[in-house]
Amino acid sequence: MNRRARLVLFAVVAPVFAVLFFLAVRGLPSFGSEFHPYADRAVAVATGQRATANVVSSVNFDQRAVDTLGEEFILFGSVVGTIVLLRPAPEERDAGLRPAGGVLPTTRLAGYLLLPVSVLVGLYVIAHGQLSPGGGFQGGVVLATGWHLLYVAGRYTALRRAAPPTVLEIAESIGAAAYTAIGLAGLVMGGAFLTNFLPTGSFNDLLSGGTVPLLNGAVGVAVAAAIVLLLSGFLEQAVVLRRTEEPLAGSSIGTEEPLAGSSIGTEEPLAGSSTTVDDAEQR
Amino acid sequence: MTTLPYLVAGWLFLVGCYGLVTSHNLVHTVACLTVAQSATYVLLLAVGFRAGATAPVFADVPVGTRVVDPVVQALSLTDIVVAATVTAVLLALTIQIYKRHGTVNPDELRTLQD
Amino acid sequence: MPPTVQALPPLLVAVPLVVAAVLAASGRVLPRLVIDAASMLSCLLVLGSSVVLLAATGSRRVVSWLGGYSPVDGSSVGVVFVVDRIGAGLATLIAALVAAALTYTWRYFDEVESYFHVLVLLFLAGMVGFALTGDLFNAFVFFELMGAVAYALTGYKIEEAKPLQGALNFAVINSLGAYCSLLGIGLIYGRTGELGFAQIQRALIGQSTDWLVLVGIALVFTGFLVKGAAVPLHFWLADAHAVAPSPVCVLFSGVMVELGLYGVARTWSAAFWPVLPAERLRPVLMAAGVVTAVVGAAMCLAQSHLKRLLAFSTVGHVGMFLIALGALEPAAIGGLSIYVVGHAAVKGALFLCSGVVLNARGSVDEAELHGQCRNLPVTRICFLLGGLALAALPPFGTWLGKTLAEDGLSHGGFDWAEYLLIGVSAITGGAVLRAGARIFLGAGTPPDTEGDTRGSEEQPETTYHLGKIPVTMLVPVVALLAGGLTLGLVPGLPTLAHDAASQLLDHTGYAAAALDGVSAVPSPAPTESWTLSGLLLGVLSVLLALVVAATGLYLHRFRRLFSQVPPVVTLPFRALRTAHSGHLGDYVVWLLIGMTLLTIGLAIT
Repeated sequence: MNRRARLVLFAVVAPVFAVLFFLAVRGLPSFGSEFHPYADRAVAVATGQRATANVVSSVNFDQRAVDTLGEEFILFGSVVGTIVLLRPAPEERDAGLRPAGGVLPTTRLAGYLLLPVSVLVGLYVIAHGQLSPGGGFQGGVVLATGWHLLYVAGRYTALRRAAPPTVLEIAESIGAAAYTAIGLAGLVMGGAFLTNFLPTGSFNDLLSGGTVPLLNGAVGVAVAAAIVLLLSGFLEQAVVLRRTEEPLAGSSIGTEEPLAGSSIGTEEPLAGSSTTVDDAEQR
Repeated sequence: MTTLPYLVAGWLFLVGCYGLVTSHNLVHTVACLTVAQSATYVLLLAVGFRAGATAPVFADVPVGTRVVDPVVQALSLTDIVVAATVTAVLLALTIQIYKRHGTVNPDELRTLQD
Repeated sequence: MPPTVQALPPLLVAVPLVVAAVLAASGRVLPRLVIDAASMLSCLLVLGSSVVLLAATGSRRVVSWLGGYSPVDGSSVGVVFVVDRIGAGLATLIAALVAAALTYTWRYFDEVESYFHVLVLLFLAGMVGFALTGDLFNAFVFFELMGAVAYALTGYKIEEAKPLQGALNFAVINSLGAYCSLLGIGLIYGRTGELGFAQIQRALIGQSTDWLVLVGIALVFTGFLVKGAAVPLHFWLADAHAVAPSPVCVLFSGVMVELGLYGVARTWSAAFWPVLPAERLRPVLMAAGVVTAVVGAAMCLAQSHLKRLLAFSTVGHVGMFLIALGALEPAAIGGLSIYVVGHAAVKGALFLCSGVVLNARGSVDEAELHGQCRNLPVTRICFLLGGLALAALPPFGTWLGKTLAEDGLSHGGFDWAEYLLIGVSAITGGAVLRAGARIFLGAGTPPDTEGDTRGSEEQPETTYHLGKIPVTMLVPVVALLAGGLTLGLVPGLPTLAHDAASQLLDHTGYAAAALDGVSAVPSPAPTESWTLSGLLLGVLSVLLALVVAATGLYLHRFRRLFSQVPPVVTLPFRALRTAHSGHLGDYVVWLLIGMTLLTIGLAIT
């Protein structure tokens, strides 16, 4: 179809869909209605027998924990998929860091001050997921983005050294496997998969909620490692990699680690850069 | 208007689809997909709202206070983080398409026509 | 119910997930053999468990409330897995196909650390979870898991340009379909306040069928039908199949697409039936099936790219599945379930054959390979047999399923469906036979293929060019084909299938099993099996397929005849082929059109 035909068809279909959707939402309970049967049951279970103050975490990690298991593994699968898709093609190589521009001293100071603060906030959010708004997903993202202050305020190589991809992949897999393992332990101890089998503690305690804090931790580790892995994969594409024939300014090719069996060309470390770190981390 | 939040969701979805249909750049396409997805979050969260109720966290309010629907919040929460990673897969595909085709304009990608 | 069986369903999902996580962590240090063996072992564990479930579901539904949240007074806060015979059968089929795919990739497939196996195991878990779940949002989560992993698997061969575009088209359209489903889930939740199938069903009883539930149901169905490749939501299928690695295509065509149709059937039967009676759904499904079957068959004939040809034949078969599903009664759906299994086995074998050809000769283009594969004896026999089986050669499972479905449809008053099914299976089988005869027998003249998606630029999928085809690549081909053949010979299978279909359509029984603990099902009553007329129709279908193949092979002799055909007749075909442009914006517009038509269709019936 050419562009105009496509637009004409869209201009015909979209209003029809809009009308149908409008007719549909007129039938919804008015915004702010009282009709939430599932919600009432969930709140009763969370505050009652499960002693979890944050009902959202209780729903996520206790009552509907298998949904979160699935989402966790979508995340895991997406990261594996991104690694597979951004792997080096045979004609690409790690040609070392391009010389970067300078970083303003103020940026560097702000970054180095904020880094421990954000890491601490991330860990806090993960650990207190059962008590206050937060949990593994949110805290993991805060942790990961805090980690990238190393790149914003410092050098790319500092980020790479602090978070080598090997360690990150293992951390992510451990987080995902731990979630499933806790679920299997629930099967053994409590009779059903993902049963909350630990003592629930008392309401508003740090260790309340049974397995919810554990699952929060597993998810937090997995999400943080996953986001750092994803961002580092894309940063590699932008900052480090190059074709073997001609170094293209501003292009993005290659991978972080040449995989065994592929035919990556020779490494040529730029003067003053520390790409030899990558060599040490190869298999 | 008591249906306005739901209509906003429908609008977001159509705007995202419009962007998908008329896109000149695959990165823009992936971003429009995110816009279409945000329509689903708006709809879910709007369905879950309860007038005059507070957040479903009982750390500082007594048990028994009226709270909004925690179930839809739980669904949206995990979905947002996961959507970011699926977007990463799409962007990785876009990067590799650029490297192989030399273009990210859908109009110029002609390898799969019949 | 013995506690062990009740604990089994979640394990079918958990075991591949945990093995995948471990393999991903240790893939860089493990030898290839260990990776192959570990993934195969976990797949076989899932297969064994599904067979146990298949046996157990003969007398009851296996209900597994996760987290231990058993229902109290008919309500619960947890997520449930409800396994009946169809669900267990699907899980078995999924595990068997994954085992075949893993055997095919044993040792020689070009692998990146352990990531291919990790992705396949995640795909297995997602599909099995979708087949077993009894909760609408949980189904969406597993649907997304299937999708996210499938996008990466499709774009696996990053060295070539086409897989990437095919994967992106697949990813954007499937994601958009999933978001449509989630919008529908939101609307249904607004009306019912529930997420589990059984709870939704009970909340919808007595409600009127207003625009809210209609649009909500149509949106949920849209997402599933995108996965199920119903026209006009099917454009991604050929693009993805053309470029994905062959073992992945086996899984896509064999079971992932069928899971989309299962999603429609399950959600309607377990959740939506109170507000959408069968009489309203039937015409819509049948109309969609007819259009899909015709489009699939027509496009199938025009392909020279082997895998695209097989992909469009899948679209044609999906149309036939939709027609059989649309009857919404046990005889037809029983036949459909056998047909799906037979089709999965045969289509899987055909895709693996095309993979063997790709690895041995470096191309999947019918024209380029003309006469090139005469010395691949096992592949030749299997491919040609597969083509005959697609045309419903007795006693293959495809024939048995089709016959039973046709009987069911005629009893329901849809005699026209019989002729359509014969025609479509003849055309798709004929196209496959034509390609096979060209490639393996050197028959006929090379086709005229200007401007098509050529199959000549594909790269082999192995780490090095294979001289001799390894046994691990041929064994799954033969095994799948043999499975498809013996399926038609199993005694009592029609009765089992009929019974399974009755369970699927037993709406209130599903809710009682999930929420009230009443999980026993009545024992099956014997039903009629295939008839002599069914046998003859199968033979007729095969003969028609041979005619179609011969026409395709010797087209140049009929060219003078065809040049007198008025352009009015050829115009629809040319328009159809132009519509398959590979352009993402086009596909999105078709998706919106399909979604709107579906909604309007449900409203006016």
